[in-house]
Amino acid sequence: MTTTTADRAEPVAASRAPRQRAPEGRGVATTAHLALILWSLLVILPLVWTLLSSFKSTQEVLGNPLSLPGKLRFENYANAWTTAGIGRYFANTVIVVGVALVLVMILGAMCAYVLARFTFPGNRLIYYSMLAGLTFPVFLAIVPLFFVLKNLSLLNTLPGLIVTYVAFALPFTVFFLHSFFKALPGEIYEAAQIDGAGEWRTFFSVMLPMARPGMASVAIFNFLGLWNQFLLPVALNTDSKNYVLSQGMASFASQAGYAVDFGALFAAVVITVAPVLVVYIIFQRQLQVSVTAGGVK
Amino acid sequence: MTVTPEAVPGGGPKRSVTRRRRPLTFDRASFMVVFLGLPLAVFVIFVVSPFVQALYYSLTDWSGFSSGQNFVGFDNYVKLFHDDIFLKAVRNNILLAIVVPIVTILLALALATLVTIGGSGTGTVRGLRNSGFYRIVSFFPYVIPAIVIGLIWAQVFTPGSGVLDAVLSKIGLHQFENYAWLGDARTAMPASMFVMIWGFVGFYMVLFIAAIRGIDPEVFEAARIDGAGRFRTAVSLTVPLIRDNVQTAYIYLGIAALDAFVYMQALNPGGGPQNSTLVMPQQLFTTAFTKGQFGYSTAMGVILAAVTMLFALVVFTVNALTGGRERKVKERR
Repeated sequence: MTTTTADRAEPVAASRAPRQRAPEGRGVATTAHLALILWSLLVILPLVWTLLSSFKSTQEVLGNPLSLPGKLRFENYANAWTTAGIGRYFANTVIVVGVALVLVMILGAMCAYVLARFTFPGNRLIYYSMLAGLTFPVFLAIVPLFFVLKNLSLLNTLPGLIVTYVAFALPFTVFFLHSFFKALPGEIYEAAQIDGAGEWRTFFSVMLPMARPGMASVAIFNFLGLWNQFLLPVALNTDSKNYVLSQGMASFASQAGYAVDFGALFAAVVITVAPVLVVYIIFQRQLQVSVTAGGVK
Repeated sequence: MTVTPEAVPGGGPKRSVTRRRRPLTFDRASFMVVFLGLPLAVFVIFVVSPFVQALYYSLTDWSGFSSGQNFVGFDNYVKLFHDDIFLKAVRNNILLAIVVPIVTILLALALATLVTIGGSGTGTVRGLRNSGFYRIVSFFPYVIPAIVIGLIWAQVFTPGSGVLDAVLSKIGLHQFENYAWLGDARTAMPASMFVMIWGFVGFYMVLFIAAIRGIDPEVFEAARIDGAGRFRTAVSLTVPLIRDNVQTAYIYLGIAALDAFVYMQALNPGGGPQNSTLVMPQQLFTTAFTKGQFGYSTAMGVILAAVTMLFALVVFTVNALTGGRERKVKERR
């Protein structure tokens, strides 16, 4: 059976392949490579230009944009870090994002677990209001949110920003982890209960470790989302001592429009991008797997 | 509150079961209070309550930090429909929500197709060799903060010191030697759209690559044997088969385009020449936090939310109306 089909197919393929298919195939591959290289250059070149500009003096930046920096001015980085306050913003961002990330992962996992594995009145209602919270634009809530924080004396403070980050990252976290906990086998829960573990122990020693792959994916997304958050800090955290990186960058850039240190501006951009890029290159496989897992769903 | 774990069959005869269902041991009571109560409290105080309050504030003339706030019914909305600047912002947002997703998805699909079925070879449809590099590079912008993407491109577009004009005049297009891409009402919007698309494409390319890889290879095989070329395969086979991913992508991209705040704030904080890049969120933000007109600005927020929901509804409807056909094809196969 197989041999007959092969026999029949062979001459056709043989007669066609050398004349048409192979060159056509190679042509397609070359074109594909060219198109992809073109796009890759479009992505990389602005970043390379930024990196080069970060070593230039202001005169050089305002001069010929295509020239190379006269020498490597690392003082731009020092200026950005201290004078422009990027170092301080960086520290603030690490604190806010770090604490918020840990909190939202714990709270989100707990909430998703209860919603996914227990039946009680109001379960669906809570789940759907989380879903709604995921789709509604934050802009609708931003003004009342401002006053909620003001009344709690949390406005312009890092704890206030942290708790807001947690609240707005919660729906996504719950939504994503819900399906993960739902899929865990029920027998394991029963086994833990029979072995005498209470609800607390069952969750922390049995269920949570089993949801680890899902937790990793959500944590990556939450990290990027919170690190890049712009609206919430700009609206709710207007004290320049407490600025996070994204808003610090924006305010630095708007000042730089009038005078100052363009080399340092580019250096600040590099300081902001470099850590994320390094993390990305280390975790890119995991990240792309997460994107796939989240997106295909 | 009686809590029944789903895994336990309700009212089972086993002793252990009845013991576990004993209502409110300290363990279970504290568990439910902390596990459900804590996240819900945060969610209700900081997410639900502001959304609900917004609906009320949008019906008041609340301005400034004074306590005076009168109920004015739909006056704010009436005013909004006569506010030329806000209407301009609405039009810009709608334009963004149409153009940005379409271009992003077309580009991402094209690149994903090149990676997955652009490989050379005679028999089977094969992925492009050494394409991991492109995937990694294209994905870069996704991890760069949007504000930084905006700032980088704002520098690239700057007349005189920006690299774009320099490159264009180098290759002989001297009319662009000092051209202000973001300062000219004709190009400010397309340039801003380009920046957003630049930031989005890589993510959706990776998404589509995964989706295409998920298609049964035999389907491609069959198409190949039937004599379909690569282009034909991509258009009539791949796209219908990953249709759901495209719909999801369209909704996410549309919502991002209806926001667009970060990008526009970085590229043209003031709304651009003749407000050509002004978007609703920018106008909302200034109205609220610069002018202090809180009632009026929350009404803008309600409109923004309504447009967002409407957009999602349109996408779902269009996909449902055209999707029936596709499902039948799938069944026949």
